[in-house]
Amino acid sequence: MRDFYGTALSNGLMLGTAQYPSPAILADAFKRSGASVATVSLRRESGQDLAGQDFWQLIRDLGVHILPNTAGCHSVKEAVTTAHMAREVFDTMWIKLEVIGEEDTLQPDIFGLVDAARILTEEGFQVFPYTTEDLVVADKLLHAGCEVLMPWGAPIGSGLGLNNIFGLRAMRAHFPDVPLVIDAGLGLPSQAAAAIEMGFDAVLLNTAVAKAGDPAAMAEAFASAVKAGQLANAADPMEPRDMAVPSTPVIGKAFLT
Amino acid sequence: MVEATIIGAGVAGLCIARELLDRGADVMLVDRHTKSGAHACSWWAGGMLAPLCEGESAEEPVVRLGREAADWWEAKTEAVHRCGSLVVSPAHDKSDLVQFARRTTGFREVTGSEISNLEPDLGNRFSKGLFFESEAHLAPRTALDQLRDSLVADGGQFAQDDADPAKYAQRGLTIDCRGYQAKDRHKDLRGVKGEMLILSCPDVALTRPIRMLHPRIPLYIVPRGEGIFMLGATMVEGHAGKHVTARALLELLSAAYALNPAFGEAEVIETGVDSRPAFPDNLPRIRRDGNLISANGLFRHGFLLAPALARMVADLIFDNKNPEVMDETAA
Repeated sequence: MRDFYGTALSNGLMLGTAQYPSPAILADAFKRSGASVATVSLRRESGQDLAGQDFWQLIRDLGVHILPNTAGCHSVKEAVTTAHMAREVFDTMWIKLEVIGEEDTLQPDIFGLVDAARILTEEGFQVFPYTTEDLVVADKLLHAGCEVLMPWGAPIGSGLGLNNIFGLRAMRAHFPDVPLVIDAGLGLPSQAAAAIEMGFDAVLLNTAVAKAGDPAAMAEAFASAVKAGQLANAADPMEPRDMAVPSTPVIGKAFLT
Repeated sequence: MVEATIIGAGVAGLCIARELLDRGADVMLVDRHTKSGAHACSWWAGGMLAPLCEGESAEEPVVRLGREAADWWEAKTEAVHRCGSLVVSPAHDKSDLVQFARRTTGFREVTGSEISNLEPDLGNRFSKGLFFESEAHLAPRTALDQLRDSLVADGGQFAQDDADPAKYAQRGLTIDCRGYQAKDRHKDLRGVKGEMLILSCPDVALTRPIRMLHPRIPLYIVPRGEGIFMLGATMVEGHAGKHVTARALLELLSAAYALNPAFGEAEVIETGVDSRPAFPDNLPRIRRDGNLISANGLFRHGFLLAPALARMVADLIFDNKNPEVMDETAA
C-alpha cells in the first residue's frame, strides 16, 4: 500500500466517528475492525470553547491515526478556520478537506476545494481532499500540493456504492503513484472490496457502519472486505472475457452424463 | 430509619426522593436553586415516554426499563397522557421509515387516511407511518412541580446549597444526582448538547408526540396543550453553550414546517439548550463509594429512565440488592 504523507498504514480501512448509537459502540467498532484511521469532524460552534473535548478524548483513546475533517464547511474560509482548530485540538497536520457545494448531493465545491487546499498546504497542512473522480480537478489538487486524493464513490451517506466505476478506474490508472481513497457513498462491504480490488489504497466510510443495526459487526465485515480486496489485488486478478472457457477439457471425455 | 440526602433536584433527584420517601425514608433534597427551572437539564425535556421508539438506536435496557416509566409517572403525578406516539418520514426519506420499523417493535403500520384520522392536522401529507399505541408522554415541568409539591406535602425537606456531595456524605447516606455537574467525580461522564424550542401555534392541534425521521437527529414535536408545542432536539457531542445555534433553529423549524405549514405562523416563545449527562454507552450508572451513591448518566432518557433508576437506588439502600446498572469500579 502507498504511504500517506510518509505514514504507512496497517490497513486500508478508515472509519468516521459520527452518528454511532454511543461512544462505547464506536470504540467497539474500531476494536473489532482494527481500522487504521479515525476521521472526526469538528463543528465550529463547539470548538470555540473546546466544548467537545470529552468526546475528542474518547477519539484519542482509540489509539489510531486521527484525521480531523472539515465536514459541513461550505466556504474556503470556514474550511481553513476549521483546519486551524483541528490542528490545535488533535495536534496533527493531517486534515481531511471538505468544502460542500450543493446541499442535496453534498457534492464538493471543487473550486473552493482547490483554493482551500492551496492555502492549507502552504501553511504546512497535509491535505486529504474530498473530491470527485474528475481528472482535471484531481490534477489541480495535486498541483496545489495535495499528495493524497479522496474521490467519492457516491454522495455522502447514500450507501449507493461506486457510482462511476469507469471514472474511478480511469483515475486509478491516471495517477498510478498517488494514494487514492474512496471517500463517501459506500453502503456494503462488497463495494469496499470492489474498490480495493480495483487498486484503491483505502476506503473511508461512516454511515454504513454507524447506522447499521450492529455497527461493530458491520465494521468487522468491512475490515474483512478490505482485506479480501487487498489480497485479490495483489494476486493479479484474471481478465474477464465474453465467451466461456471451460476450466476442464470436455472434448474426448469418456462419459457425458 | 433510613435518612438520605439527595444532591440535585432535577428529574433524577426528585424521582429518587419520591421513591425513597414512599419506602419510608426521611429525605432531604439539596439544590442550588429553590425551585425547578431552566438550570436543570430536565426542564428542557421532551417528556416522551416512548421506550419502543427509543429502541431504534438505544440499547436493550432502555427499552425494558423505560416500560416502567408511564405507570410510575401516572401513579405519582397527573401529568401523563396515554395517546401513543406516531412516527412519520418525509417522502424523500421513506427508506428511513422501513429501517425504523425493522429495528423497533410494538407498532402498527398506518396508512395516510389512518394518520389523518389520528391527527387531522397532519392532513394528507404523509402516506405511511408507524403508530406506537402503548406509548405515552407527559408535561415535564408539570411533572417536576407536582413531584416537588407532593414531596413537601409528605414531609420531604428541601434545602438550598451549592453542595459538595462528599461533605454531606461525611454525615450520612448521600445520593449525588447532579447530572453533568458531577463531572468532577466521574471522569467518563460527558455532555451531549441538546437544543429545543417551544412554540405557540393555536392554529395546529396535535394529540400525541410526532416523530419525524431525519437522517441526523431524532426530531420530534410534543403537544403541551392549548396550542403549545415542544420541538426537539439536536444532539451534539460537547457540553452546551448558552444559546441555541442558528443551525438548530433552522433544522427544527423546517421540520415543524414540513409537518404542517401552519407552524410557519407559530411564535417561538422559548429556546432551550443544555447538556445531557452521558456515560460512554449512553446508559445510566449507579456507583457507590462508602456513604455516597451516585445516580447519573440518564442521557436523553431522563423522564423515561428516572423511575427505574429510582427503584434501583431504593432496592440498593433498602434491600442491599445490586442494581443491573451498578458499577462499583470507576467511581
